[in-house]
Amino acid sequence: MSRIASLIPFFVILPLGGAFLVSIAKSKVKGFPDLLGVLTTAGLLIASLVSVSVANRYGVLVYSVGLWRPPLGIALVLDSLTSFMLVTVNLVAFAIAVYSIQYMRRYTSKWKFHTLFLLMLAGMNGVIITGDIFKLFVFLDIASVASYALVAFGTEKHELEAAFKYAVMSSVGSTFILFGIAFLYSYTSTLNMADMALFLTTKGHSNILTLVSILFIMGFGMKAALVPFHAWLPDAHPSAPAPISAMLSGVLIKSLGVYALCRIFFNVFGVTREILSIFMFLGALSMVTGVFLAIGQWDLKRLLAYHSISQIGYVVLGLGLGTPLGILGGLFHLFNHSVFKSLLFLNSGALEYATGTRDLQKMGGLMQKMPVTGTTSLVASMAIAGIPPFSGFWSKLIIILAAVQAGQNWYAFWAVVASLLTLASFTKVMKYAFFGRLNEAWSRIKEVPIFMRLSMTLLALACLFGGMLWIPSINEVFLKQAAGVLSGGRDYAKIVFSHIR
Amino acid sequence: MIVYVLCLVLFCVGLYCILRKRNIIKIIIGTIITEYAVNLFFILIGYRMKGRAPILSPDTAIENMVDALPQALVLTAIVIGLATTALLVALAMRIYEKYGTFDITKIRELRR
Repeated sequence: MSRIASLIPFFVILPLGGAFLVSIAKSKVKGFPDLLGVLTTAGLLIASLVSVSVANRYGVLVYSVGLWRPPLGIALVLDSLTSFMLVTVNLVAFAIAVYSIQYMRRYTSKWKFHTLFLLMLAGMNGVIITGDIFKLFVFLDIASVASYALVAFGTEKHELEAAFKYAVMSSVGSTFILFGIAFLYSYTSTLNMADMALFLTTKGHSNILTLVSILFIMGFGMKAALVPFHAWLPDAHPSAPAPISAMLSGVLIKSLGVYALCRIFFNVFGVTREILSIFMFLGALSMVTGVFLAIGQWDLKRLLAYHSISQIGYVVLGLGLGTPLGILGGLFHLFNHSVFKSLLFLNSGALEYATGTRDLQKMGGLMQKMPVTGTTSLVASMAIAGIPPFSGFWSKLIIILAAVQAGQNWYAFWAVVASLLTLASFTKVMKYAFFGRLNEAWSRIKEVPIFMRLSMTLLALACLFGGMLWIPSINEVFLKQAAGVLSGGRDYAKIVFSHIR
Repeated sequence: MIVYVLCLVLFCVGLYCILRKRNIIKIIIGTIITEYAVNLFFILIGYRMKGRAPILSPDTAIENMVDALPQALVLTAIVIGLATTALLVALAMRIYEKYGTFDITKIRELRR
């Protein structure tokens, strides 16, 4: 095993260790949970940026846990898609850790927050780096259980209700996934994903695979909040504290839902035309339904939550096109969405921090009082609505172009419609919250504290320069490689096995 | 074969319980039933009639052994299920403190 591969387990060890240390120290040492949260996520961010160049240099790295060689032992696999997802998750996590230093002062027992946050991060990183389907389930449930607790963190009426609904629906989703894994194990008698792909390539298609596909689409669709399974999201995401809303909407539904879905379907099962058309249909349905439900909302966070459903639809539509350009667009949008949606949720948190309300009708003219929040929120809104030169424009453009190129003109049309409605909806947010006449009640509010501004500015810069990922020299090493892993399909198995040493 | 069908029936009972019952505690029991149905299914996959423990020794032939891997997996799944259940019950207690009822039709503060 090459020495560089021993970097891989640290993506799980660091946050897990951080969570442990925070829960030991509790609040005995003042500021320790904050410091550890920021340091851990900063370390993870650096490690994930390093992993991009590592993945480029070595192609695929495989770490065998306990020196049991895969397919017998558990494998952790780092390839370009993995490092792409790790950068996405850890960038957002770092910004959120910085933000919650001051935001979480509104709640008691902050150390519990940091423990759960780091546990959730460990689960998400674990889902991303694992090469073993059962470990994927385990990490998925670690992240999910932490997120149920975080949704209920306020322990008020609404939070509890939303958390219960979320927990029940999501645990049913987990059960479906476990059921699928049971069928898959009985058919292939292996748990290693690469080995499974190799087996399925030689064995060909069978009915049991169809059943497993249905179970997985239901299970991971529940985690990703695709439309028929989305009912928990508009309750759960607004009820959580703002940094957690950002984490849930920004990266949790993507790493647990979309990433796991496409890793399994593209790399292990090998996509068929039917699966792709199901992806496209679900994607387009989420895209349109989400935006229609969003447009009538007055609660800012609820509006943003519905937009998450809609934007996830774009990602899944892009991936479901199955062409290299479509997959590229889908992944590009995944990255952009996690940046601007988490920024928007942090903005909503800042508004709530300053004014104490989330109702758009009660706000107004806040741009004068909160220039940083207002400006970053404007940037994020333009990015999500797809206005050039912000990041969202480029990724949506690629998805629409890819749809036209693949001959799916209707889907391209719906993507354009959803984009226009998104624009309308965010014009409303901007008009009611930040522009117009200043509401009398807010004449004395102040801008939010420094760390909150800092993290919002960081994410706004990422929105602004997100479009630069499209520049060929960056694209070659970052996005295109990640998309190549997915469009390579079952070659994944061969590549992984050739790198086990 | 009939065992597998019964296992599926158990799963459906759990799902029915989650979807149709109004009482929060019954919903939690429903999730437990679905989890256990899946765990049972997992065990059944690895089971062999009149099989023996998979211990490799020089004097015994490798035949008719129970697959031990699903059992290890199910242990993990049970632990995860325990965590979820504990959290759900804790939430149910808090909900009862706030709302004074276990009836989900009365716990509807969130706008739809």
